[in-house]
Amino acid sequence: MSPVRTTGIERIAESFAATSKRAALMPYVMGGFPSLQESVRIGEACVGAGADILELGMPYSDPLADGPVIHAAGTRALAAGANVAGVLGVARALAPSVPVVLMCYANMVFAPGLEAFLERLEQSGACGLIVPDLPQGEAGEVLEECDRRGLALVPLVAPTTTGERLASIGGRARGFLYTVSVVGTTGERRALGERFAEVVAAAKSSTDVPVALGFGIGTPQQAAEAADAGADGVIVGTRLVRAADEGDDPASAVGAVVGELAAGLAPTDRR
Amino acid sequence: MSADEAPGARPDRGGSGLPIEHRFGPYGGQFVPETLMPALAELERAWVLAREDEGYRSELNGLLRDFAGRPTPLYLARRLSERVGRRVYFKREDLNHTGSHKLNNALGQALLARRMGKRRIIAETGAGQHGVATATVCALLGMECVVYMGVEDMRRQLPNVQRMELLGATVAPVDAGASTLKEATSAAIRDWVTSVESTHYVIGSVVGPAPYPALVRDLQRVIGDEARRQMLEREGRLPARVVACVGGGSNAIGTFTAFIDDAAVELVGVEAGGEGIDTGHHGAPLTVGGRPGILHGSRSAVMQDEEGQIVQAHSISAGLDYPGAGPQHAHLRDSGRARYVAVTDDEALAAFGEVARLEGIIPALETAHALAWVLAQPDGELDLVCLSGRGDKDLAEALGRERA
Ligand SMILES: Cc1ncc(COP(=O)(O)O)c(C=O)c1O
Repeated sequence: MSPVRTTGIERIAESFAATSKRAALMPYVMGGFPSLQESVRIGEACVGAGADILELGMPYSDPLADGPVIHAAGTRALAAGANVAGVLGVARALAPSVPVVLMCYANMVFAPGLEAFLERLEQSGACGLIVPDLPQGEAGEVLEECDRRGLALVPLVAPTTTGERLASIGGRARGFLYTVSVVGTTGERRALGERFAEVVAAAKSSTDVPVALGFGIGTPQQAAEAADAGADGVIVGTRLVRAADEGDDPASAVGAVVGELAAGLAPTDRR
Repeated sequence: MSADEAPGARPDRGGSGLPIEHRFGPYGGQFVPETLMPALAELERAWVLAREDEGYRSELNGLLRDFAGRPTPLYLARRLSERVGRRVYFKREDLNHTGSHKLNNALGQALLARRMGKRRIIAETGAGQHGVATATVCALLGMECVVYMGVEDMRRQLPNVQRMELLGATVAPVDAGASTLKEATSAAIRDWVTSVESTHYVIGSVVGPAPYPALVRDLQRVIGDEARRQMLEREGRLPARVVACVGGGSNAIGTFTAFIDDAAVELVGVEAGGEGIDTGHHGAPLTVGGRPGILHGSRSAVMQDEEGQIVQAHSISAGLDYPGAGPQHAHLRDSGRARYVAVTDDEALAAFGEVARLEGIIPALETAHALAWVLAQPDGELDLVCLSGRGDKDLAEALGRERA
């Protein structure tokens, strides 16, 4: 370990640079689902199977950007007793082996006071924060405070984000630009959105940070298509949350799916 | 409404320099997924143009008059006035077509959606009154309509489910959490995140991300504009007190707006006290106070735990069974311009029966909260109450509770 502490933003950049796959593989794990302990094991299995960066979901009562599978997992995590301390404990357990980015809805970020929340996040060793209901116009203070701590505030863009707005969001992105592949909530889809290649291209031209494509990617084929379109990272959520709910060993079930996704992104797979 | 009065043409823009307020003091804003942001900007542009547009205004005002039956009467509730020892007037939104104030907003938004070229309409509903109003307007304009409603509310407001279906709307049951208004609103927002390019979301109260709180207020202020004029004609003076129930707060803000600059007029919003404020089972975030929160796209008074999880509300009345309230109400409270109080389920139920027998008017259970507060005040000189809706929808629930 180097004595000079690298910031969260730097660690994320290093992970994108260091991946040997065609795009960084970025699994989403719902914190506390099916239990706190089990979600640590799931995260470890992801890392073992080739995850480059981990997105950790903070369960929330009213997740407006999530489809039924992640919503239900969050509801069950809360019912099983997951709370902020518990989920940040999951981050702390995983952070030494992989950069962890917390996905957390805005009300939970502001509830204890912004600084207090970010202080705890930083202490957990997490590298950054994604707030799916904090569009640019509301993000000013959060971005400033994250920057001060070297935490990456990762913004989202959608297929509906165009022109000046896209340029403005891309220009202020930290860590990576979370590019939503479809007009919709999280969830698996038979095919990537019609416009996803265009969306990736537009996102890439708007920013200097890596572009990660998410929402709706669930198969190795789709992951490969995202990489073909130029995505620097591929985020897989619902497919893995579903795997965590099948069988009696969630960690190995998730690990197996992540392994297949990693194979789909192997440099030898194509070209 | 007089023809020269634009719905919502009011110079007060909250000092933000924006054509429509996004914030009310520290409240309001746009806390929604990025996918929706362009649609909110489009809606705001469309509203700014429409409200100044002669064609839009005359079509809306024509429908408010001929289809909805406006202006609604201002009625002196004689026996109730005798009972409390002062004059109490009802602004009769129960006589608005479909039986509540909700139609004022649904008409304005559906006409706006048509101007924007959106053919599909979605809405959330608690009491079913906003759902019925939206379904009605969609039938009128030949638009597709999907209304999200919690399964608990479908049970307790069954007549309104039947009305919506008869009107050709699809009622989409929502089975999550407490399966009431909060979950229905979340489900409608998720639909909109997926369908935003073809669909307009007709939100039913002064909640949600900007521009909705201002847009819905602009469309509901017709209540207070009419009532103020009617009161001056009838009494030659302004009311001492204006009282309305608050779920999200649309009938209240619609009634208050005309009186906000009349400093001598007291404004009182009545929230759902549920089983009592101390029990935690209520729908009274404005009354209780505490740290503001973010719900359904805006920052306002919200019922939440220390970590920011939204807490379930409780009320006998489906329309007040909501853990949030419109951001402008939170600001009116903080500034001291309006005050907010709570009335319990039992008190509302008693007022429901009492007003029926005293006045021959069966109020909605939502409205019964405002009436209960008025009935309980020993003093005052001249009250105006927004009689936001009629209570036919509530008979089974109210009578069931009385017998229990
Ligand atoms: C008759 C009536 N009054 C009041 C309300 C509460 O809504 P708001 O506070 O937006 O007026 C409802 C909502 O369903 C209603 O049906």
